[in-house]
Amino acid sequence: MTDQWIDVCAVGEINEEDVIRFDHGPHTYAVYRSADDEFFATAGLCTHESIHLADGLVMEHVIECPKHNGRFDYRSGKALGAPVCVNLKTYPVRVEAGRVLLAITV
Amino acid sequence: MSSINAPLVIVGAGHAGGRAALTLRAEGYRGRLILIGDESHPPYERPPLSKGLLQGTVELTGCSLCDSAQLDELDIEHLAGNPVKNLDPQQHRLQLADGSWLHYARLLLATGGRARLLPSVPEHLPNVLYLRTHDEAVALHDSLLPGARLVIIGGGFIGLEVAATARALGCTVTLLEAGPRLAGRVLPERLSSVLLEMHRRQGVDVRLNVAIEAVQGSTRAEAVQLVDGQLLPCDLVVVGIGMQPNTELAVAAGLEVGQGIRVDAQLRTSAPDIFAAGDVCEFRLHPQGVFQRQETWRNAETQGRHAALNLLGGEQPFDVIPGFWSDQYDWGLQTVGVIANTEPTVSRTTPGGGFLLFYLDAEQHLLGACGWGQGNSVAKDIKLCERLITNHNPLSMVALADADVSLKQLLRN
Repeated sequence: MTDQWIDVCAVGEINEEDVIRFDHGPHTYAVYRSADDEFFATAGLCTHESIHLADGLVMEHVIECPKHNGRFDYRSGKALGAPVCVNLKTYPVRVEAGRVLLAITV
Repeated sequence: MSSINAPLVIVGAGHAGGRAALTLRAEGYRGRLILIGDESHPPYERPPLSKGLLQGTVELTGCSLCDSAQLDELDIEHLAGNPVKNLDPQQHRLQLADGSWLHYARLLLATGGRARLLPSVPEHLPNVLYLRTHDEAVALHDSLLPGARLVIIGGGFIGLEVAATARALGCTVTLLEAGPRLAGRVLPERLSSVLLEMHRRQGVDVRLNVAIEAVQGSTRAEAVQLVDGQLLPCDLVVVGIGMQPNTELAVAAGLEVGQGIRVDAQLRTSAPDIFAAGDVCEFRLHPQGVFQRQETWRNAETQGRHAALNLLGGEQPFDVIPGFWSDQYDWGLQTVGVIANTEPTVSRTTPGGGFLLFYLDAEQHLLGACGWGQGNSVAKDIKLCERLITNHNPLSMVALADADVSLKQLLRN
């Protein structure tokens, strides 16, 4: 079990205070850029009904699921109330030479 | 009379009733809690019934609010298949099917509705199906065999979503709508048009302005006969012509009932200590507004929760902005606020061939919006529209029409 850093995209491909979907192998992730230019990553699917979160709205540090208004703090993955009650898994992210990198455990 | 030790009782174990029960526990209510429903399943959300669950890609557990073990753990007594026969508001008690009486301290009516039956369709024919419950969705799924000739009666959301799913499963689909356009009761013309275009492109034989004479067949539906004499041979008929709210219990108990069980801003019915929520609840969005029901996921979710808070003594008015969505093929529509089924005030196109329609008042406050796009692509903008409605700032029509001006920017102006 080691962390492997994988290339997501160029920094400029994610707008500030927004999110993109990133698929890698069978897995899907949501990768966020905050308004103060920090990057974060969570599991890509809402824990409520497996909807892709990247279609949802990011306001400050909260991602809102596109369908059922379930809300999570994307920095910690914490579910912020019904209908979502299971937290999102989060993943380490770093920026290197203008690229966003995501750590997955292999 | 009611006693402080009497339980809180919820009649209706669908989405609204289930959400109310879970909220009561989450808010710390420790007393006896009884959830009474017709179906044997724990409470579940209904949108997947005409989509993933019908297609076979989602199971009941994927749309359940909780499972039986969780109900046990939370000490929520779920009485299934034991419908309530009588409600006696004066004595604060209910009579169950077995004749026993159950006292309540406070009661929530979340009785939902049932599929409206079409008189010209004999009910007993085994291949004439309705879609309201999980078990009906499973039965319909099992009948949607490749090559089956399906006639859908009703061009509302149930009919349209069943049509999309049935096409994906390889059925031949004819959809009959009595009105001049699809989902015309709730959607503006432009959305009706794109839905019509999409279904026709996907091979659905959509017929508008048609009236049904009869369903032919004695032991099975063999053909649907139209008033103009046309005969549509079929293997299967699905009727999706709306919902009949389950108000009988409330009517018999003397509660005020219009098209649904009437409530005030706090979701209280006309009888003391009785609340209503969900599809069956008739409420006003504004104190001077008209009474209306909302048959939506969002309404069940938010009213269920809100009613629970007020069952516990809360006094907050219910003021959630309404909204709904529908997914068909790989496109989706979403709405928020009050949209008229008339022309919007202003519109914009969105990347990927979609659009947004905005409804403004004379002072250019946003009242409602709806949009159409691939997948869930319209969701971000609709969520921003919800915030623009709440903010209640006058908006520039030029900016709203300009796809290059982000709605987030308008929100922060």
